[in-house]
Amino acid sequence: MIETRELTKHFKEVRAVDGVDLSVARGELVALLGPNGAGKSTTLRMLTTLIPPTSGHAEVAGFDVVRQQREVRLRIGYIGQGNGAGHSQRGRDELISQGRAYGMRVPAARARADELIASLGLGEVANRAVSTLSGGQRRRLDIAMGLIHAPELLFLDEPSTGLDPQNRANLQEHIVRLRAEHGTTIVLTTHYLEEADSMAERVVVIDHGRIIADDTPQRLKATHVGDRVILGFASAHEAGEAARTAGGEQRGAEVRITSDDGPRLAARLAGSLAPVSIEVIRPTLDDVFLTLTGRSLREDATTLEPALVEA
Amino acid sequence: MTSLVADTRVVFSRELRPVIRDPFSVIFSMVQPLFFLGLFAPLLPGDSSLQWFVPGIIVMSCLFGSSMTGSNLLFEMQTGSHERMLVTPLRRPALLIGRALKEIVPMLAQAALIVAVCVPFGFELHLGGALLGLVILAGFCIGLGALSYTLALSSKNRDWMFWTVQQTLLFPLLLLAGVLLPIENGPGWLQALSKANPMTYVVNAERALFNGDVWARSTAEGLVAAAAVGLLGLVVGVRAMKRSD
Repeated sequence: MIETRELTKHFKEVRAVDGVDLSVARGELVALLGPNGAGKSTTLRMLTTLIPPTSGHAEVAGFDVVRQQREVRLRIGYIGQGNGAGHSQRGRDELISQGRAYGMRVPAARARADELIASLGLGEVANRAVSTLSGGQRRRLDIAMGLIHAPELLFLDEPSTGLDPQNRANLQEHIVRLRAEHGTTIVLTTHYLEEADSMAERVVVIDHGRIIADDTPQRLKATHVGDRVILGFASAHEAGEAARTAGGEQRGAEVRITSDDGPRLAARLAGSLAPVSIEVIRPTLDDVFLTLTGRSLREDATTLEPALVEA
Repeated sequence: MTSLVADTRVVFSRELRPVIRDPFSVIFSMVQPLFFLGLFAPLLPGDSSLQWFVPGIIVMSCLFGSSMTGSNLLFEMQTGSHERMLVTPLRRPALLIGRALKEIVPMLAQAALIVAVCVPFGFELHLGGALLGLVILAGFCIGLGALSYTLALSSKNRDWMFWTVQQTLLFPLLLLAGVLLPIENGPGWLQALSKANPMTYVVNAERALFNGDVWARSTAEGLVAAAAVGLLGLVVGVRAMKRSD
């Protein structure tokens, strides 16, 4: 569905995207994860024909993003960081003109708009001016607009930024359902770790315009960080003995062992070493990012305004 | 070509829809020229002053409205709806032409309102000439609208630039076209500047046409000036739109 080779974008001196090779198969749900300014949105903007690459090559839905822009545009849906619907417009009107923009006839566009209004729960607000809708309602309208032509490939740029937890969960549910029902290929960018972790079965970690890791969330965590099993013992002496038998690092009455399958190891050691307590700490994607780059994603996510950095 | 027309229709009707949904917003924005008619026209000497003044005010309201229209695009560039439309297969020229063509609609509404208000005060309407005048004006306001959108596209993330340029150009264009006072009595340099202003020819043509004087030289000059502004606007506007991201 997506095939890029050495995809690169420079803004003056800044290498926003620096030689990205990415390939996404039909039906995948891929999250591009990285701090603000990592090049996620710039990558997406090149794949959606919004900006031309400085160098390199990208094919989306079988067509070149520079030479066959119209073919690409016909086949993809895009939900950007902002609100797609004009504020002075009514939601339903925008949905219909969006359908017409994809060459649908008015009756078909109207029917499809009604369908999406119902499935996204916009029935009560579809005839109101977009400026009067809440943030969550506008985001659902954005999704409806991105889906009007039932694209085979959908791009979402920071879909849940600015949403409260409830609306965020709601949105994720819609995306997952969309994929389950229609097999849509989905590529989204996010700096929310939980979002990438819970939704995507493939996470592409991007930093400084380069892909630094690309795998399922589980394997990323297992390969780069691993689980930590912490066994508690009655005394430091017992802990010392356990550390000698099982390996691992002793700290007072505790032994810490790193493993790529913590729960299984914990179950095994519970029988053989008879500890008084067992704790298994599973890594987060932030731990993965920390291991790979020495920086945490979290601080970044809270200190910077995404719109300013990645505009 | 037919698909460019179809795309242009999509953009045109999208632009027009809020106007149709909420006509009061447009009517409200049309009040301004009425102040000029009510508070400035009485200061003009002579009995036929209204006949001279009204066509100019119609051109003025077109100048005000169309030159500001880029601000709508500027706002849509900030909210994200312009970006959303750029990802659709709509042809880039249609994104500009559809918007610029929409300017004709408020222009016609304003012209009709101004004429309707002025007829009871003795303004004589010559329908045939007036209609030809509106055709010329349509070309002029398409061009102005397109230029305003071009300015918006090049002011991305800098709205102050849009407003500074628009406000800076607005009054010289207006005053040099002799809308408020005749230029003929002014100094030579001012007359020279006025001759370089395409709006001068549009205003002169409207004055002649609204007085029923269709076969005047000014009609041809006005047509040429309006067509030139229209064409220039569309050419630079389409180029800017193709580069938009």
